[in-house]
Amino acid sequence: MELPLTRIDPGKGAVITRLEGGHEIQHRLRAMGVKEGKTLRVVTRYPLSGPVVVEIDGRSTTIGRGLAQRILVEARE
Amino acid sequence: MKRLVLMGNPNVGKSLVFARLTGAGVISSNYPGTTVEFTSGKIRLGGELAEVIDAPGTYSLQPSSDAERVAQGVLEIADLVVNVVDATNMERNLLLTLELLEQGKPLVVALNLWDEARHTGISIDVPALERLLGAPVVPVVALTGEGFRDLMERIRGTGVPAGHPALSDEERWLRVGAIVREVQTVAHRHHTLRDRLSDATIMPATGIPLAAMVLIALGGAVVLAGEALVRFVTDPLFQLYQGPLSTFAAWLGDGLLREILVGEPVGGKVDFARSMGVLTTGIYIPLGIVLPFIITFYLALALLEDSGYLPRLATLTDTLFHRLGLHGHAVVPLFLSLGCNVPGVLSTRLLETRRQRFIAATLCAVSVPCASKTAMIFGVLGPYGPFYPLLVFSTLAVVYVLGGLLLNRLLPGESTEIFLEIPPYRWPSPAVLAQKTWMRVRVFLAEAIPFMMAGVLVVNLLTITGLLYLVALAGGPLVTGWLGLPGDASIVLLTGLFRRDLAIGMLLSLDLTPPQIAIATTTLTMLFPCMATFVVLARELGIRDMLLSVLFMAGLAFLTGGVMKILLVGV
Repeated sequence: MELPLTRIDPGKGAVITRLEGGHEIQHRLRAMGVKEGKTLRVVTRYPLSGPVVVEIDGRSTTIGRGLAQRILVEARE
Repeated sequence: MKRLVLMGNPNVGKSLVFARLTGAGVISSNYPGTTVEFTSGKIRLGGELAEVIDAPGTYSLQPSSDAERVAQGVLEIADLVVNVVDATNMERNLLLTLELLEQGKPLVVALNLWDEARHTGISIDVPALERLLGAPVVPVVALTGEGFRDLMERIRGTGVPAGHPALSDEERWLRVGAIVREVQTVAHRHHTLRDRLSDATIMPATGIPLAAMVLIALGGAVVLAGEALVRFVTDPLFQLYQGPLSTFAAWLGDGLLREILVGEPVGGKVDFARSMGVLTTGIYIPLGIVLPFIITFYLALALLEDSGYLPRLATLTDTLFHRLGLHGHAVVPLFLSLGCNVPGVLSTRLLETRRQRFIAATLCAVSVPCASKTAMIFGVLGPYGPFYPLLVFSTLAVVYVLGGLLLNRLLPGESTEIFLEIPPYRWPSPAVLAQKTWMRVRVFLAEAIPFMMAGVLVVNLLTITGLLYLVALAGGPLVTGWLGLPGDASIVLLTGLFRRDLAIGMLLSLDLTPPQIAIATTTLTMLFPCMATFVVLARELGIRDMLLSVLFMAGLAFLTGGVMKILLVGV
């Protein structure tokens, strides 16, 4: 089932299925490693609509909550 | 002269590669037509001198920020490109490499962090990568200098890479995937101590207390080291200056000129802190007292940046900054401004939109006390114990937050969100730390100090012509009625615009109660940026936005002063 990244709990993994938003945003996301087909792990999710930190290819990236909402993923065990 | 340009993603050790290639004698300048800085230096290339330019870090040649636009502009004037690639993160880096190859300029790939890749179980087939890219690839370790002799040789011998038609984004990503699959093998790796430390510093429950500890420890170190510099370096130097100055004062004799240049002798001698002359207190405060703390402070900040801690701090603080219309990156201008507002305001360039730059610059100028202001606050309120200085600092912190909330509401437009790669922790290189610190201290010396000196002249002229008194008279009712200060305080507030060092002594001579001093210093700190900051604001924001910003500051300053008066003294 496709979910926004913001719904994945800290410590859990997911696979990126789709990116939403304009061409520029999608390009920026991919250039920083947030690409379709990549497996990620949610390191932490800040309270009060703060950012989400994910780990992709062994590298952590901080993503603002609104941006994270545009990243659609499928949860992995 | 040939131009050699270093291109690469952020956090790949590009500045260190740059420092290795060029050695000393590096200059930093603004890229023409933009406000983003780049560094350039010289290198000997087969008997002839070449210019090396360190372009800002960029993920792609399709620019999404000012820094990336500059990177693209720098590329256009390049005769030869050195593409610095992070060997531990090749997949992300190769997009830029492919884009660069399509430009059809001679190119060498420096595969940096080669040792780190080896330690983390990544192995890369360099000959295969060279074949696939059609360009020389040299593994290097910028921290130790390993591979640089080879790199220099390849730079001398390289030509235009063959056959790279322009690809679409999708095609490039497919090609990156294919290259990585062919040349890279990754051994399975366990979470190391470094990974655990990284996670602990980024999760809110452990990260926030750790951040508090790091900042308190570092702040303490900055103050101790700064005090040591004053005691063992600048004070002895000013002692040497004492003798010639006294001779000079005697030669001038009594009169207006001596009054302005040397000031009042205290106990028959020149007193650098209290004589108030242009050549005594006017020089001693910025160079003897403020400069040492700016040096130690910026060294500490460079340490935070180059160890990789700053992106974590940006993540931890993002939730708060987001409410103020900013994002976690704004922690950099905030910290820089604690040293001197000029580099602080300059660094707002790293924020993506005009709106964010306006908010960040205004908040820094109005409520972040620079080292001079901090010296003033402690100088005037220190004698009454820790409560009043603490009161002023916490008021300023509250103003920063409330001002941000307000600006975020008032200003049209949207702010972008944080999107930030967190590099692994790394040992900083002393050479790069020193270089970075020096570049920022230089901004203070070159851009702030001349204005401090000019301010001295302006005040003296205003005083002599009596203009100062007239303006102060007009502002008197606001100062007495609203702030609850004696009428003379308006002269002090006005003088403080140009000379904060003078304002200290003048405040002390007014016979104010401690709460009144707290109100006066807070208002004075907020009211108006110093001349240098004023000029930088105009340059960065444009005249119209600078005036808006200053108007907002003045309004906020009197509002805060008034509220403090009601709370501390009563209506």
